[in-house]
Amino acid sequence: MKLKRMSVNRRRKIFNIFVFGFVLLAAVLFLLPTVLTLANSFMTSNEINANYGAMLSNMTEDKKTFISTNVNLKFIPDKVTFDQYKAVLIQNSDYLMKFWNSVWLTVPITVFQMAVAILTSYGFSRYPNKFKGIIFFAYIILMIMPYQVTLVPNYLVADTFGMLDTRLSIILPAIFSPFSIFLLTKVMRRIPISYVEAAKLDGAGEFKILTKIYIPLCKGAIVSIAMLVFIDYWNMVEQPIVLMREPTLHPLSVFLSQINEKDIGLAFAIGVVYMIPTVLMFLYGEDYLVEGITYSGGIKG
Amino acid sequence: MKNKTKNQCGRKGERIFSNVCVLPSLLGVMIFFLVPFCIVIYYSLINNPVLKEFVGLENYTKLFSNSAFTKAAKNTAFFSLVSVPLSVVLSLGLAMLLERNIPGKSIFRTFFLSPLMVPTASVVLVWQVLFHNHGTVNQIVEAMGGHSVDWIKSSNGQLVIICMFLWKNLGYNMILFMSALCAIPKDIIEVADLEGAGSFYKFIHIKLRYLSPTILFVLILSMINSFKIFREVYLLTGNYPNDSLYMLQHFMNNTFNSLDYQKLSAAAVLFALLMIVIMAVLLIAEDIFGKDVEN
Repeated sequence: MKLKRMSVNRRRKIFNIFVFGFVLLAAVLFLLPTVLTLANSFMTSNEINANYGAMLSNMTEDKKTFISTNVNLKFIPDKVTFDQYKAVLIQNSDYLMKFWNSVWLTVPITVFQMAVAILTSYGFSRYPNKFKGIIFFAYIILMIMPYQVTLVPNYLVADTFGMLDTRLSIILPAIFSPFSIFLLTKVMRRIPISYVEAAKLDGAGEFKILTKIYIPLCKGAIVSIAMLVFIDYWNMVEQPIVLMREPTLHPLSVFLSQINEKDIGLAFAIGVVYMIPTVLMFLYGEDYLVEGITYSGGIKG
Repeated sequence: MKNKTKNQCGRKGERIFSNVCVLPSLLGVMIFFLVPFCIVIYYSLINNPVLKEFVGLENYTKLFSNSAFTKAAKNTAFFSLVSVPLSVVLSLGLAMLLERNIPGKSIFRTFFLSPLMVPTASVVLVWQVLFHNHGTVNQIVEAMGGHSVDWIKSSNGQLVIICMFLWKNLGYNMILFMSALCAIPKDIIEVADLEGAGSFYKFIHIKLRYLSPTILFVLILSMINSFKIFREVYLLTGNYPNDSLYMLQHFMNNTFNSLDYQKLSAAAVLFALLMIVIMAVLLIAEDIFGKDVEN
């Protein structure tokens, strides 16, 4: 009997070692592009050309003979240099301008979408009635509509109000996107009514209940939803290429692909610069992201 | 007594406040989505914006005979049908592996979440390096004695895109499943253990039941994300990719550029209808699977 138990324990241990090995391998694969981008951003342009030159379509013939036809993955630079960063941050203001374009689009969208979401979710979760139920249901439908569907409506509105080729044409519809309302309402509905009643006994009004009970209790969810919204719009591509014909207003997320084709070394460095805001957010909010939306099951619930 | 009714229904002012809270968003949704979408429905039923004659479903039938549309619809459907279930199954699998007693869990979690941080365009660049004709993947294939394959500019493109989608989305889905797994009452598992239930039985009859709302949620989330794959495809191949990567958003953009609003509107309405049908199916599924969890 004792022997059998031991062998079960041992089998479990061995199995766990396999699991560990597998997860480690998967995790390394997941981390690879991040590490690669970071490492290659410190390479000299010669080294970049030697390794990735074959990818550039506009290489002249005489240059082509010098570089290998293979595209090589390289993780450790022969010589660490900040030249690419100098080129991105100091020598050419174009990239920084595009970076600010991204900021001026993404930050207002995130801030105002969250403000609207907090207010609306509060409205949905307090004193539910049939009418609100129908609206919430309509929001769920709207939430799953891909951009392929909302593209034309967005364009029509932007055209009518003369907002085409301005940032507002992207920001305004995005503020009312119901994704965050859906998630936050589900979290707010879980707040025990007894908290609210206790606050009421202490004489708190509805606005106080919102600011002193609902928002603090949902802080984790609010932070993690805001992170998801930010990351989503930080990488937007569809909206700018349809609603803003003027490339000077385009965010870096669209412009990056053009750099990819021209100068790979620069593209790595810009990629790293573009990663900074999301990395900072992760350092601050990863725990919220992990714990924030813990009870996010189902659709209606 | 009076106090009690007040607590249950709220004073009138309080109820009005909670209704007013919904108002800004409702107004915004009306202006930016609902009203313009009604106009889109109208556009899809007329012949052109100048004559404004009703043509019934002609725009729709034209759409189905349009080869670009059917190709785009097929590609998008294929991509979503493969990648969404895959991402649900794989992320659940990962979550269950991480649930085991292995060291460094929280570091692994961060690793799996890291794709969220990387800008899409940088990911695309790395992917181009990996899947280039003379790139890493082909070098491995050749080293193992195979023939190098054109990954991006051929029908293999879908495979590359699916990998990219999974790479980006597995981490967050996994987090959702991990917290759902934590929420399963421990005593039920213990009782099952005492009664000698196998791990397969435990998975099917206990865990899967408790996980079903989360599965549904991850399914919807993945579906929403799967329609955003256009970003990666666009950054990878531009406006006119290989046939197998021509997605619905490409069709929309190119139709948009040729100013064919009737075709565009009909496509949007069709897509919306399809999404409503999918949503209805999911809601019915929630009613069937959701109820026995609550009891």
